Amino acid sequence: MKASERPVAARLPARAGLGLKTEHYEEILSTRPDVGFFEVHAENYMGAGGPPHRWLEAICERYPLSLHGVGLSIGAARPLDQAHLARLRRLVDRYRPASFSEHLAWSTHDEGFLNDLLPLPYTPETLDRVVEHVDQTQQALGRRMLLENPSTYVLFAESTIDEIDFLDTVAERAGCGLLLDVNNVMVSAVNHRLDPFAYIDRFPLQRVGEIHLAGYDETVDAAGDRLLIDAHGSPVRTDVMALYRHTLVRGGPLPTLIEWDNDVPDFANLFAEAHRADAILAVEIARRSAPRAA
Amino acid sequence: MGFTTSQHAFAAALLDPGSVLPEGVTSARGAADPLRFAVYRNNVFVSLVRALAQRFPVTERLVGEEFFRGMARTYAADRKPASPLMFEYGGDFPDFVASFPPAAGLPYLADVARIEAVWTDAYHAADAPPLGVTALAAIPPDRLAASRLVPHPSAGLVRSAHPAGSIWAGHRDDPVMPPASWVPETVLVVRPEMNVNVHALPAADAAFAAALLAGASLGEASGASSDVSDFDFGAALVGLVTLGAFRAIAMGEPQ
Repeated sequence: MKASERPVAARLPARAGLGLKTEHYEEILSTRPDVGFFEVHAENYMGAGGPPHRWLEAICERYPLSLHGVGLSIGAARPLDQAHLARLRRLVDRYRPASFSEHLAWSTHDEGFLNDLLPLPYTPETLDRVVEHVDQTQQALGRRMLLENPSTYVLFAESTIDEIDFLDTVAERAGCGLLLDVNNVMVSAVNHRLDPFAYIDRFPLQRVGEIHLAGYDETVDAAGDRLLIDAHGSPVRTDVMALYRHTLVRGGPLPTLIEWDNDVPDFANLFAEAHRADAILAVEIARRSAPRAA
Repeated sequence: MGFTTSQHAFAAALLDPGSVLPEGVTSARGAADPLRFAVYRNNVFVSLVRALAQRFPVTERLVGEEFFRGMARTYAADRKPASPLMFEYGGDFPDFVASFPPAAGLPYLADVARIEAVWTDAYHAADAPPLGVTALAAIPPDRLAASRLVPHPSAGLVRSAHPAGSIWAGHRDDPVMPPASWVPETVLVVRPEMNVNVHALPAADAAFAAALLAGASLGEASGASSDVSDFDFGAALVGLVTLGAFRAIAMGEPQ
């Protein structure tokens, strides 16, 4: 089937989805597990040809796709890389994903690509730059994107805008949606002594098109304060699942990705994580359809 | 401090472990915390070292995890990825390995790394149907010498003074297999269909293969092998074509 003939999922289903990993391609295609959608890192599919494209074509014929960029550097002071935008456009045209998302972070500087999602201060100046970059991205891709809240380990003295207000204003001005990473909320809240539930309560959930869940690592900083690390190498922690449940109660069922990028487990164990999220989604769907007590 | 300036300071501090924390970086306590900033420093280097370990697993196995990590970290200190396409990172890592003094005792190491580098290139290269042997029959005899073969987009050649191909193949899985004999090997890496294949070429075909893949005409490539005692033009040509090393024929002028 050519990409142009493929039925396009208009949006991701309110189900649990999984990050697509090379080591799971064969098992997924031979067992057809009941997964709501798959998500890939766009940059892994920017080669000219080869097995990655062949597998992704086959996966796309059977599952909705979420395309998640990790290299656009939207939060950089420097201009966006036009060559990278063109590569993204080609991928979007070829695979017609139900969603495209990127991060409120930067990763490219004079020295090259730093392969990490780095934080930025929240000021009127950085806000203007991010709005401009999101706008350029949406223009280049010909579609609306989702912008993801970051996990951060430091704060900036110069920040004058609250993170939620920053994201909400970008979404308002650039016309993008938001991707709410609930694990990032927990990581940042603990790291900056905030209440993660209060963060969710203030978050503009009506703008959220997708949720991310992942496992964090834990250490302490130089003063002995708890320091959570966004590690993507373990099951979703219990406190993050509780925060996720709270998010759904407030915002309703939403497409939910399990991110597990390091020390990737076998598919059965990854699939079990999807079941955990699907169970919470099912409870919320049932709760909302249940007749209310008078 | 403007956005550009502060981001530049952040990046500079990130990449220089000996530097002080960038101005304005703080914590909820209202004080800068070196361990918090260190998470970013660590993330950058750990992720780059991990990317190299994924691309060069046999190289890592040959020297051990700890040695590899040190070597990769030294490489990454001066060389950041040119783009967010991480599968391209480390293209010149084999050259670095060749000039890395602590690895001098393993003269074959850089060539094994070269095989692994071209393996990834082949994996992501453009797809193309390989030239079939029967297509060779379409070349009129008087145009044979001037004709060139267009390399398959995935084809890469590693010429080693050591049995690099056998060492690579013998260290991919358990149990480890030492090379049967310590001879120079020329290795063709190619992906005619979906699988990347790694072939140690017959020694007599090495110079011929290198010349053809570098764009020489069949006549020139044959000439490059004139002093190779057991070189057989027909066998070498059919052998390379059968492996899928080429995509097309660029017909030469009649002679």
